Amino acid sequence: MRIETLRQLTLARFREFTREPEAVFWTFVFPVLLAGGLAIAFRDKAPEQAIIAVVAPAPGDSAAASIAAALGATRAASDSAPLRARLIPADSVADVLRTGTAALVVQPLPGGAVEYRYDPARPEGRAARQATDDVLQRARGRADVVTVREVTVRERGSRYIDFFLPGLLAMNIMGSSIWSLAFAIVTQRNKKLLKRLVATPMSRLEYLLSFVLSRLVFLGLELAVLLSFGVFVLDVPVRGSLPTLVGMAFIGAAAFGAIGLLVSSRSRTVEGVSGLTNLVMMPMWIFSGVFFSSSNFPAAIQPVVQALPLTALVNGMRSVMLQGASLGAVLPQIAVLGVYLVVCLAVALRIFRWQ
Amino acid sequence: MTTPQTPPLALEVLGLRKAYGDVVAVNGLDLRVSAGQCFGLLGPNGAGKTTTIEICEGLNTPDAGTVRVLGRTWDRDAHWLRTQLGIQLQETQLAEKLSVQETLALFRSFYLNARSIDDVIGLVQLGEKRTARVGGLSGGQKQRLALACALVGDPQLLFLDEPTTGLDPQSRRQLWTVVEGLKAEGRTIVLTTHYMDEAERLCDNIAIVDHGQVIALGTPRQLIASLGAEHVIRLGTGDGAANAHPIALAELLALTGVTGGRETAGGYELRGDSVQAVLPPLLALADARAVRWTELSTHSATLEDVFVALTGRDLRDG
Repeated sequence: MRIETLRQLTLARFREFTREPEAVFWTFVFPVLLAGGLAIAFRDKAPEQAIIAVVAPAPGDSAAASIAAALGATRAASDSAPLRARLIPADSVADVLRTGTAALVVQPLPGGAVEYRYDPARPEGRAARQATDDVLQRARGRADVVTVREVTVRERGSRYIDFFLPGLLAMNIMGSSIWSLAFAIVTQRNKKLLKRLVATPMSRLEYLLSFVLSRLVFLGLELAVLLSFGVFVLDVPVRGSLPTLVGMAFIGAAAFGAIGLLVSSRSRTVEGVSGLTNLVMMPMWIFSGVFFSSSNFPAAIQPVVQALPLTALVNGMRSVMLQGASLGAVLPQIAVLGVYLVVCLAVALRIFRWQ
Repeated sequence: MTTPQTPPLALEVLGLRKAYGDVVAVNGLDLRVSAGQCFGLLGPNGAGKTTTIEICEGLNTPDAGTVRVLGRTWDRDAHWLRTQLGIQLQETQLAEKLSVQETLALFRSFYLNARSIDDVIGLVQLGEKRTARVGGLSGGQKQRLALACALVGDPQLLFLDEPTTGLDPQSRRQLWTVVEGLKAEGRTIVLTTHYMDEAERLCDNIAIVDHGQVIALGTPRQLIASLGAEHVIRLGTGDGAANAHPIALAELLALTGVTGGRETAGGYELRGDSVQAVLPPLLALADARAVRWTELSTHSATLEDVFVALTGRDLRDG
């Protein structure tokens, strides 16, 4: 092993990457834009008004008007979600529910009774039904019997962007690790550059190590950019120790680097390796809990979901950032990533096509 | 590692065989290249030149036969051999985003006793392109850079696989000048080509290869002399096929001074020692049959004619 060889190979990787503006964009700029966009979409807002559609068979219908008046009065009361009533003609009920422009439709029935129509699968439908029912019952004289004192809490780190940022970091580590190796190695193989390099005294270990080294440098940059954007611009908390978080990122990058090496160990064309790469990454985008919690999936497939390397990295980074988990607490995730690292590396080195 | 005694032969190949499935690429090929000479493997595409040279470079393994490079074998001394060889592969595309000097710095870092980058850049005449990106170089400049990468390790033995294929005539001549410079330095060079003019100009010794075997071996002069004729006379018969022509090949071969010949796509090709001796009876025969040749040309015999005489095919037919 020669330091100069390793340095020159790593420098070459570095130069090739930084001279490819598109690669720089997708690795550094795009994740920041994505995080920024999602932060805007899920920014703090006043609790939303639920719109209640009240069916008025004819304009000026008295039953409908009195229901609407009772609902309108809630704005003053200290109810959780303020309601806003809207009168609609009878023939647009289906339309309103289908387009979701109202959370609940209230239909006055003869004899002062009412009918609620809503979709119980939508949380805002259930909440609107509850709130509307309370208002109407009280308006007809139902008395509350328990005295209630309310304390509302806003915990830092409970926003969607707080949940999403660790997932985005992990997904970015997966994507850049697998892609940078797969693309560079297969391109060199395709252009017979790999064959040319093997014909020199360069050792194969030096070649593979240069990828590891350049990945680590870029990983450091990626982490610095995305994490400081998250912490300083989006105010996402990092409750655990920074070294644990960075260590987690590095073992994740190493594991995905090994997966990238395995993916690119045989392919001769970039098209071929692109398909393989997508095949490997697609299930993890869906199942690994980047965008929503992986615990939403049925218990039957949980063993598979939890064994995915991205699930391990997402869960590990998320618990370090949001719950302040210690190194000991994320050891199971580190173990999963370690297994991928060792197994994929061993297989890749056995089957690697050097020419 | 001890320094070996100067080997009598830079390259020795005996009974080399390599098959890919049913296709036999190399079929019992022998080569002997002594140190300091420029040796050419001349043959059409698919003759087995690249397979042979890649086995010699340690990039491919033979099915049978022995290869000794600088007196060593790939089984035992692979790493040492890689430090001593300079290699240019047929289709390597170097990284487009790197500059000329960055590419050379990379290749230089693989060797302990490397030449300076300035040296090799000067040798291949790329001084003006030193800081240019590889992607912006012309085909000829890329080939010269590939040659520079082969030279930067200060190799004892150079393998150049079709160094000028696909280049325009001017770039080819430029590359020849560079190779002639290397010969002047006393390096051993093994090159493959399917251009007979290239082999004729650069090589001290030539092996003509066809169907994975050496079918002729010698200096360019010896090979041409083996034709037994100094000149080649081409006759065009126009649109009609030669076999329907009023004059048959046998009649032409019977003429005074004609030592050999064959039918070609558009007529006949005759060989003879003296154009002056062949032409009078040839023209007389044409007059007697009222035949007008659409083409009548003569040239001094070349390696191309040697190949044609040996195989009955043109080099570029492949």
